[in-house]
Amino acid sequence: MSDHSTDSHGDGHDFAHPMPVPMLLAVFGALTVLTIITVGQASFDFGSYDVLIVMFIATIKATLVGAFFMHLAHDKPFNIFIFVSSFVFVGLFIIFTLSDSQMTSKDFIPVDDAVPISAPAEPSSVPAV
Amino acid sequence: MAGEETNSGGDHDHDHDHDHPPFLAHHFDTPEQQFDSGKLGIWLFLVTEILFFGGMFCAYAIFRMLRPEVFEGCSQFLNTKLGAINTGVLLFSSLTMAWAVRCSQTEEHKKLTGMLAATLSCAMIFLGVKAIEYSHKWHMGLLPAGLFSYDPNHPHHEGGPNYLLWICMPFILIAIGTILWLVISLIRGNKFHIACAKPLTVVALSFFAGVGLGTYLESGGSESHAVAGAHADGDHASGEHAGDDAHDHDGDHADHDHAHSSAAQLAMEDSGDLDVLEHLASDATNTGLKDDVAARVRQSEEASGSFAYNTSDDAANTINDVEREFLTPSRAGVFFSIYYCMTGVHAIHILAGIAVLVWLLIRSVRQDFNRQYFGPVDYVGLYWHLVDLIWIYLFPLLYLIR
Repeated sequence: MSDHSTDSHGDGHDFAHPMPVPMLLAVFGALTVLTIITVGQASFDFGSYDVLIVMFIATIKATLVGAFFMHLAHDKPFNIFIFVSSFVFVGLFIIFTLSDSQMTSKDFIPVDDAVPISAPAEPSSVPAV
Repeated sequence: MAGEETNSGGDHDHDHDHDHPPFLAHHFDTPEQQFDSGKLGIWLFLVTEILFFGGMFCAYAIFRMLRPEVFEGCSQFLNTKLGAINTGVLLFSSLTMAWAVRCSQTEEHKKLTGMLAATLSCAMIFLGVKAIEYSHKWHMGLLPAGLFSYDPNHPHHEGGPNYLLWICMPFILIAIGTILWLVISLIRGNKFHIACAKPLTVVALSFFAGVGLGTYLESGGSESHAVAGAHADGDHASGEHAGDDAHDHDGDHADHDHAHSSAAQLAMEDSGDLDVLEHLASDATNTGLKDDVAARVRQSEEASGSFAYNTSDDAANTINDVEREFLTPSRAGVFFSIYYCMTGVHAIHILAGIAVLVWLLIRSVRQDFNRQYFGPVDYVGLYWHLVDLIWIYLFPLLYLIR
């Protein structure tokens, strides 16, 4: 079926940009190293910076995956614009919702733990088997 | 080949001047235009996926903001080793997927099939490890809110269904199916079917490699896990004891005895008619009796040895005390609701990815793709990388909280 891929049709110019294998391997290596760093930093206590550090590393990894594995580095600017804008909107969504819940309700999860539910559940589960 | 026939039929329908390559839909001028349109479509789909997951990340953010201690405590129950291995497996599958896209562009058909099979195998290993994680948690009663029934004194419920077997059941059936398919096509000598069934059998079996890997890591990491559990326990206890109105266990006992003697003179010495008391206490105005019932329930639990973590009775159950407890069913339950929701929806995306990758693999055996027509591989690749991307955020946010 490869005969269809000859340049007999169209203008003959190739739009495929195959990623070089060494680059793919390098990106994979970088991602693995960053994963190890993320796991490693979890054993240290950075206080409230914890989430920021973790999110920063995850964002670097996400950028690597996006730019190289997803070809965004060679893609049309419009596609990049669409993809990145979705993250912007998710960010807006989370920021507004968080600040809203911070200002209005402290905690809205009902507490019904006066009697622990595990203790009664256990004797009933044993004879059931 | 089946593809040839349908393609030539398609050419007949549209009487165009120029001759169509079979992969080019008639409403496109060039393969490049077709590719770019498809790519724009898949990017829009990925945007909807991000917004969809954004809702769940928002739930996560709100609950973590409100209850940071619940997240720190409950995250101890997630096995970091399994999560890290799964991250690595998923990253590797992303590599093979990106490589598969390259192979489809350079027309290395054999290698393309191999890369797709490797991606699929990694997906199956991921699910296998996930099966170990889920079944382990279900056994311990670490379930979503409403079902949460973890008890630090009896972490492993005796009996109960064999969750792992139930999760594995569909995969066992799939594995048997692919092996049968392979055997039948070997007997019939159908080359195309053999070429499809061979990699798919490997893929189906690699789920059990994942289960084995998960079992090994879970058993190897059981010591650290136990320590984590004990640590969590200790945290809880210390939080309890540091409470403003800190009465320790003995104080609690005294309280009960007191309540027992004073408030329930009418109550009998034997604890048999707890039901009657309970019925009376169901009246909201009868607060004294309510306290008594709570105390008596607790006492009988202590006597039977099934006494659980919540050592505060109604009187001690002030807001200050509740704040320090992360392991209560409603709070820990909400954490596990979020955990199961996010990882579960992610696993469903992996399953969907497996389905489309199988379709790609069969088409790659048919050698459908070439350097003018590699769109489907590229689009599925983008979807697969997005699933990987979401896991990149999920892993540290759920597993790596200190």
